[in-house]
Amino acid sequence: MGNVTGIGASILRKEDLRFITGRGNYVADIKLPGMTFAVFVRSPHAHAKLLGIDATAALAMEGVVAVLTGADMKADNVGGIPCGWGITGKDGLPMKEPPHPAMAYEKVRHVGDPVALVIAETVDLARLAADSVVVDYESLPAVVGVLEALRPGAPAVFEDIPDNLCCDWEIGDRAATDKAFAGAAHVAKISLVNNRLVGNPMEPRAAIAQYERATDRTTLWSTSQFPHVVKLLMGNFVLGIPQHKLRVVAPDVGGGFGVKQFHYAEEAVVTWAARRLGVPVKWVSERSEGFVSDAQGRDHVSEAELALDETGKFLGLRVRTLANMGGYLSTFGPNIPTNLYGPLLAGVYTTPAIYCEVKVVFTNTVPVDAYRGAGRPEATFLLERLVDVAASDMGMDRVAIRRHNMIQTSAYPYQTPVMMEYDSGDPSGCLDRALALGDWDGFAARRAESAKRGKYRGIGLATYVEACGLAPSRIAGRLGARGGLYESATVRVHATGDVTVLIGTHCHGQGHETTFAQIVSDKLGIPADKIEVVFGDTDKVQFGMGTYGSRSLSVGGSALAKSVDKVILKGRKIAAHLLEAGEPDIVFEDGKFSVAGTDRSLRFDEICLAAYIPHNYPLEVLEPGLEEQSFYDPINFTFPGGAHVAEVEIDPDTGTVDLLSYVAVDDIGTVINPMIVAGQLHGGITQGAGQALCESAVYDDASGQLLSGSFMDYAMPRADIMPNMKILTHSTRCTHNDLGVKGCGEVGTIGSPATVINAVVDALSPLGITHVDMPAAPNRIWRLIQAAGLPKAAE
Amino acid sequence: MELKLNVNGRNIKADVPTEMLLVELLRERLGLTGTHIGCDTSQCGACVVHVDGVSVKSCTMLAVAAEGTRVVSIEGLSGPGGGNALHPMQVAFHENHGLQCGFCTPGMIMSAIDFAGRHTAPTEAEVRHWLEGNMCRCTGYQNIVASILAGTAAIHAETSTSSMEAA
Repeated sequence: MGNVTGIGASILRKEDLRFITGRGNYVADIKLPGMTFAVFVRSPHAHAKLLGIDATAALAMEGVVAVLTGADMKADNVGGIPCGWGITGKDGLPMKEPPHPAMAYEKVRHVGDPVALVIAETVDLARLAADSVVVDYESLPAVVGVLEALRPGAPAVFEDIPDNLCCDWEIGDRAATDKAFAGAAHVAKISLVNNRLVGNPMEPRAAIAQYERATDRTTLWSTSQFPHVVKLLMGNFVLGIPQHKLRVVAPDVGGGFGVKQFHYAEEAVVTWAARRLGVPVKWVSERSEGFVSDAQGRDHVSEAELALDETGKFLGLRVRTLANMGGYLSTFGPNIPTNLYGPLLAGVYTTPAIYCEVKVVFTNTVPVDAYRGAGRPEATFLLERLVDVAASDMGMDRVAIRRHNMIQTSAYPYQTPVMMEYDSGDPSGCLDRALALGDWDGFAARRAESAKRGKYRGIGLATYVEACGLAPSRIAGRLGARGGLYESATVRVHATGDVTVLIGTHCHGQGHETTFAQIVSDKLGIPADKIEVVFGDTDKVQFGMGTYGSRSLSVGGSALAKSVDKVILKGRKIAAHLLEAGEPDIVFEDGKFSVAGTDRSLRFDEICLAAYIPHNYPLEVLEPGLEEQSFYDPINFTFPGGAHVAEVEIDPDTGTVDLLSYVAVDDIGTVINPMIVAGQLHGGITQGAGQALCESAVYDDASGQLLSGSFMDYAMPRADIMPNMKILTHSTRCTHNDLGVKGCGEVGTIGSPATVINAVVDALSPLGITHVDMPAAPNRIWRLIQAAGLPKAAE
Repeated sequence: MELKLNVNGRNIKADVPTEMLLVELLRERLGLTGTHIGCDTSQCGACVVHVDGVSVKSCTMLAVAAEGTRVVSIEGLSGPGGGNALHPMQVAFHENHGLQCGFCTPGMIMSAIDFAGRHTAPTEAEVRHWLEGNMCRCTGYQNIVASILAGTAAIHAETSTSSMEAA
């Protein structure tokens, strides 16, 4: 429509003003009359019997309101925290699903497991009182790593699951894959670890609950990516609060990255406490508390083999992965290393036979669940490392081997051997542009220049495909989802022609208030500043599954587009009546309904007014008012993809890896706001580079203590580790949603760990190094260089 | 303990416990919730305010240590015209998409204004080095760096304009 605030325009964000002036409204900012403050007492042991809790001293302090325990919750018949996915093992049996009490009783299973809640008139007092609660533990041997957990005789996290095995899962055709290996000219192999991460959105989690006796209504304010799902899970499965009596509000939320897309025990405990005590209760996590209570990410140990023919054609891929679940099943936990991992192992290649088995394992660590990318970065890292190893083994060029195996653009839609049917894509187009943008061909000169300065320089690339837009409910249901994964949007057109959008996704930085307004602006031909986007309050918004899995635009945006189309359809009927024309003759363009071929027309706002003041209106056949709602369930996943190139320089004296350049060319479908897309890519790539270069959640193997439990020890990416990234989109339309959109929230995080590590390995390849585990931190790199005997940097 | 200080142009008198942090005074007593708490080890910088014109992590300073000072938080910023006008650094963050979730933003902006006061023509590397004490998980820092470069240029352009006018 050539609309300046429509689809494709880099308009500045509508939501910025409140944030740049300090007027955001985060959960921690909320104050209620009579509010009390809660502090959790958490287990200092990774594994222990809980023998007793003595709160006498705490309760004797003036201003302490209550000390509540898991036993109190049990006595109140509070349910456990439910898992949202039930996966099925090779044997056809359901996964082991042990209970997950909101506060531990009888036993604690990780450091940070909550055992009591102290509520007081001030937060300082609650902290002081929490320190005085005496908990009697009988320490038990703990198990931290997946290899140890599966060893016979290892401590059992749950008594009735002696082997710690939650599920032994598989995907693909084992026999066909074995056959492919039998006929292979070469088999490339890799063993790798995908390091555990802590998501660390900058806003710590928080929850405030209030119960109003007079109306029997309960409200929970929570730092959640999916308030409606919290309402459903907590109301229905944990606390038994009827849905019409429960409101969940997720106001401004300071980053999510998956960490805030689970129903957490703290939400249920705080809500239960507020109802039990009849006073508002507020809990705000401290950062170090978040380190031991926010669900963590990744943590795989894998072995993989790629079978190739003599020309370097991929014949088969075999993958064995051990995935750490931690001490309990979090909301999406078992889904991440299985359904969001195995089906992505085809990547953008034509490998005809793939078999992947994943053992999902309990340990005495913080539960593991989705973290930006969730399963797909792990798949991409494994595959793209293995392809580099294969190229190196066979003496082939890394680009050539990828081109040789890449799915041709003309072959879409493309059915992979691991469930997915990719609807559209142009992997070779992305690769070509990434190589050009990263000046792949000019690398040799730059390497030689670095070598003169005694530095090792490396260049790396990775391709990827992502399945997102979660998710087609029918497919998800087959894979074990216990809920639907559609999205809903209401378009409320006011009598003046201004628009309020009520949408079930949740924005915590992605710019939905702008992007969704642009979709409406584009379709209705009205400026974006006449459109308000509302989300995050179950009393305002009909329903929604929230924001995760790069789903907001492709699923939520599609629901929104459908609702706008319904508004236009009704507008045409009203216009036909007012203009005394047949409905088929009405054209809607540039915000005007006109009779085709005439100069008779009505503006959008004139139609809106007529809908609300229906003096001259076809009331016999049309309802007054102008508000439309849609629920949209996608028929397939969306498949963003792309190619990334990175260049690094390593100082052999210190082992420091300097990330010199990063180039990303991504196919994300239709771009609504290029500025916001670039921002998503910047953040995603930096999180992936963080995993590759500095971040790691490290537990002490013997005690199960989290050693990297604060920002003092856990190396978050800072501004000076990143270069200025170059971002391009090279899009093909998604073929199964009207907007043609695919999603861009996770692509950066999916492509970047493999890209950066491939560059690091390339830099060290003259030393005979063929793999580097993440993070490529200076101590690891320095040791590798020392072990290799310090030859001169490559010319 | 009785405490007198000036916050965002207002003289404040408060009776505070000696262990109260400056950030707690701002958030809990004065309702200035634009200053955020993102960690407990003084790493993240979400709580940066100005004390007598210098950027300070308000989680690392006792309220009583601010006796007699002029404290400016994000809510106290305004443009050269005063009133509701935005500070050039706020404008720069908006125009360069230097924020996503907004949580680190107040600290980033307060830190950036101090930086701008110390550098007239900074390099990108100087900005990245300065941001050692401010974490962001959303933006990958790229647009924050761009915002600070643009905001610094705007501040100095303004200063030179007003000094020319004064001359």
